[in-house]
Amino acid sequence: METQAFQRIYTKIDQLTKATCTLRAAGVSYEELALVNGRLAQVVKIIGDEVTLQVFAGTDGIPTDAEVIFYGKPPTLRVSDELGGRFFNAYGKPIDGGPEIDGEEREIGGPSVNPVRRRQPSELIATGMAGIDLNNTLVTGQKIPFFADPDQPYNQVMAIVAMRAKADKIILGGIGLTNDDYLFFKQVFESAGAMHRIVGFINTTEDPPVERLLVPDMALTAAEYYAIDQNQKVLVLLTDMTLYADALSIVSNRMDQIPSKDSMPGSLYSDLAKLYEKAVQFESGGSITIIAVTTLSGGDITHAIPDNTGYITEGQLFLRRDTEIGKVIVDPFRSLSRLRQLVIGKKTRTDHPQVMNAAIRLDADAANARTKLENGFDLTDYDERTLHFAREYADKILAIDVNIDTEEMLTTTWELFGRHFSKSEVGIKQEFVDKYWPEN
Amino acid sequence: MSRSSNFATGQVAGIIANLVIVRYEGAVAQNEVCYIQHENVRLMAEVIKVKGDRAYVQVFESTRGLRVGLPVEFTGHMLEATLGPGVLSCNYDGLMHNLNTMTGIFLRRGDYTSSLSAEKSWDFKPIASPGEQVSAGDWLGEVPENAVPHRIMVPFTMEGKYTVKWIAEADDHGINDTIAILTDANGREYNITMVQRWPIKRAIKAYREKPRPFKLLETGVRTIDTLNPIVEGGTGFVPGPFGSGKTVLQQAMSKQAEADVVIVAACGERANEVVDLFVEFPELDDPWTGRKLMERTVIIANTSNMPVAAREASVYTAMTIAEYYRAMGLKVLMLADSTSRWAQALREMSNRLEELPGPDAFPMDLSAIISNFYARAGIVYLNNGKTGSITFIGTVSPAGGNLKEPVTESTRKAARCFYALSQQRADSKRYPAIDPIDSYSKYLEYPELQHFLNENIAPNWVDQVTQLKNILIRGKEAAEQINILGDDGVSVDYHLTYWKSEVVDGVILQQDAFDPVDARTPMVRQRYMLEKVMEVCNSSLQFAGYEEVNPYFKRIINQLRQMNYLEFESAEFRKNEAALMDILAERKTA
Repeated sequence: METQAFQRIYTKIDQLTKATCTLRAAGVSYEELALVNGRLAQVVKIIGDEVTLQVFAGTDGIPTDAEVIFYGKPPTLRVSDELGGRFFNAYGKPIDGGPEIDGEEREIGGPSVNPVRRRQPSELIATGMAGIDLNNTLVTGQKIPFFADPDQPYNQVMAIVAMRAKADKIILGGIGLTNDDYLFFKQVFESAGAMHRIVGFINTTEDPPVERLLVPDMALTAAEYYAIDQNQKVLVLLTDMTLYADALSIVSNRMDQIPSKDSMPGSLYSDLAKLYEKAVQFESGGSITIIAVTTLSGGDITHAIPDNTGYITEGQLFLRRDTEIGKVIVDPFRSLSRLRQLVIGKKTRTDHPQVMNAAIRLDADAANARTKLENGFDLTDYDERTLHFAREYADKILAIDVNIDTEEMLTTTWELFGRHFSKSEVGIKQEFVDKYWPEN
Repeated sequence: MSRSSNFATGQVAGIIANLVIVRYEGAVAQNEVCYIQHENVRLMAEVIKVKGDRAYVQVFESTRGLRVGLPVEFTGHMLEATLGPGVLSCNYDGLMHNLNTMTGIFLRRGDYTSSLSAEKSWDFKPIASPGEQVSAGDWLGEVPENAVPHRIMVPFTMEGKYTVKWIAEADDHGINDTIAILTDANGREYNITMVQRWPIKRAIKAYREKPRPFKLLETGVRTIDTLNPIVEGGTGFVPGPFGSGKTVLQQAMSKQAEADVVIVAACGERANEVVDLFVEFPELDDPWTGRKLMERTVIIANTSNMPVAAREASVYTAMTIAEYYRAMGLKVLMLADSTSRWAQALREMSNRLEELPGPDAFPMDLSAIISNFYARAGIVYLNNGKTGSITFIGTVSPAGGNLKEPVTESTRKAARCFYALSQQRADSKRYPAIDPIDSYSKYLEYPELQHFLNENIAPNWVDQVTQLKNILIRGKEAAEQINILGDDGVSVDYHLTYWKSEVVDGVILQQDAFDPVDARTPMVRQRYMLEKVMEVCNSSLQFAGYEEVNPYFKRIINQLRQMNYLEFESAEFRKNEAALMDILAERKTA
């Protein structure tokens, strides 16, 4: 950002911490941007004429006589059609060697949508993966994370979902993405010939962590432009939100705030909700859907980050390696899409909800049978049958390499029911059993 | 607060997130409302601490762009709700501004729309007559508001006795028309309109007495009504980890409960959940009156992305509206989802004020705040002897699903019903996931309620419910034994005990909130199902070995579940009942 004539310049810093600096300045507005020794910073506290700035790239090497220039405005992004196919850093500057964007300048992290102006999400997002479409159907305007261990292929699965979903725009917010994964995403998008539909805001592990705080807001500002101004269906991918929360805790720690659970700031819930709640369905047809990744440490979902996320998002998806079939599956027990009720049995076949529930219940019986087996007990005939069912169910339905439409998923599941169980064991409403129970 | 004139003014002296420090001149009061003038808008804020000439105010909006020196005007009053005809069917934000009349897609700062329509006219009918002695909360007249007789009352802020000097005749009136003139002991006259204001953080106490609750409040949810009933004027809370179905359960209650007015405070939760209400309630029928659900509902929406400070206000706004309708002699159900978000808002503010933190960084007085709030619910005898009630059910979102955290612990002390949602039940898709053994309703121990239930549902109802609970407890014990010793390591009786509890679980506890018939079970039908299930459980059945038990009971459960999906006492229902009796007869011994 170039300096301009009217900007106020200060040259005396009173206090420096690892992430912030404090100086005396007048007429400064809250959350406005400043340049400290050439590094971007934002006003986070004003007490009288004492102004505290959060320096995104860290304060190492900043001298007390550093030049501080105030911009008089909060962080912004220039939006226009030119965003398509481009990659930017956390400040919205191109990193792909292309030119700057010419367009309207918009504040990032803007106001919330009036809830009465929202519409109920009602459009199904088909991914072809039965673990998602059958059991945890996604809907436009939804926000849902993958809760994943760091070693799981969440970025790969997310890329597949993004490519199969019929979105007008896909916006990738890379928060502390490894360079390898950044290149992976780029390559997937390129080879699918989808580059023009992609916008990327990328902060890699090589960049300063506090910069990450800007990435989701940048991505969502671009998303709002497409969803509102252009009435498009926008899919936003945010990976990895755990690193975003870590950056929040770094800043709050430097600001001497009292930490709450797991050394996270007390405002973690509100901070995350402000981002996730940008997911929305508008009456005009435009929508923002957010699929995020929250990596877990040791699979612990009671940690403050996944826990607060779970309370905000509309469900969560878990991946798991199924040792019986040697494939990664979408975990049917722990995964949940809360918005599926809005589409299943309405936009899909009417037997969908009952088939889904029955299959999961039988799969749960199989899990119990497995425990019995491990504890050295004899299995009943029913137990044996649930185990056979579970193996086929994992292979034909839950595995992430499945790519079929919902109709076929239902047919397949009915076949599995018919092969392994009696009608009363399945326990589905009689009218559906009469209609769909497979002959033989 | 009654400082008459010369309210304080001031200037912004500091900004830390939504906490603003104001240097003021004059006198300010704790919780006084003030406005910060920024560009062309006025941002509302509330005093939460005063130190010397500095007032610390929490701003109910984003503070982006604020700067030191901006002018601040104090108002001389606390945060107030504007009460009058036209509140029902409205969608408000946490400060009771009408969301529907705001302009634009986004919530603009300072877009403070009025709570009531000044244009609309109401068909007023007097109740009081000239010469009558009245005091705060007494009914002067009424207007029809949807299906509810909306009483126009002596304002709650008027202390002492008054005489009705004049009252308007039956006619159409706007809310700001004078409908009565009252005189006090000194002959001073007061013009009364249909609108009054009340500070939301104070309880409205314009009633004669608050008895112990004694009447069942039917919700149509079997696991609540049958096992752990809530009462008119009762309090309950629903803690549960995410994904355990808190919101679905609350929505079921808001749709089905036997109430005149339902107030939903969506406090710091998902916006799409509020949209569900916006979309469905104008369409769905109220099962009690046949009118649209929206007609009896008020929605206070402060979703998780709306300003944090207004979140705290939202639950008080909702409670004040509930108290207003209770004073009209109505049955009010208030639901708050979730009180944890409210507590978190308190925590954020306490943190910014640099107060010494209590457990988990929550403010020290959290427990007192929560119990004060729950205490505002209850059934009351009004001055005219009629009853009105507020039944309050709050959800709690315990961090990490841990029920030992401060908000859950504090709420447990305040609320009389506890509906524990269990992760295990949710994982196995046994909805509603209310744990039948951990949950309790203290009201079931009240002799008043026991008497009511035995009188109104079935003569031995309370005994049957106790038996039902015993079946569940014994079933759980049997399941543990079977798990430890193996299927063939225990006698067939253990399997029987376990499967009887499965019948109760599958048929009474589990309920499909998305099925048009099963979603709501009226008390008559709950009685029928309870008696049918007890009949099954009390039958002595003959089995050759444990292998036979599982498939047999699966058939019984399946048969009973089919009945749950069918219209009560329809031909199809009777056919299934006969089929059930046949299955039972197969193994019944004399």
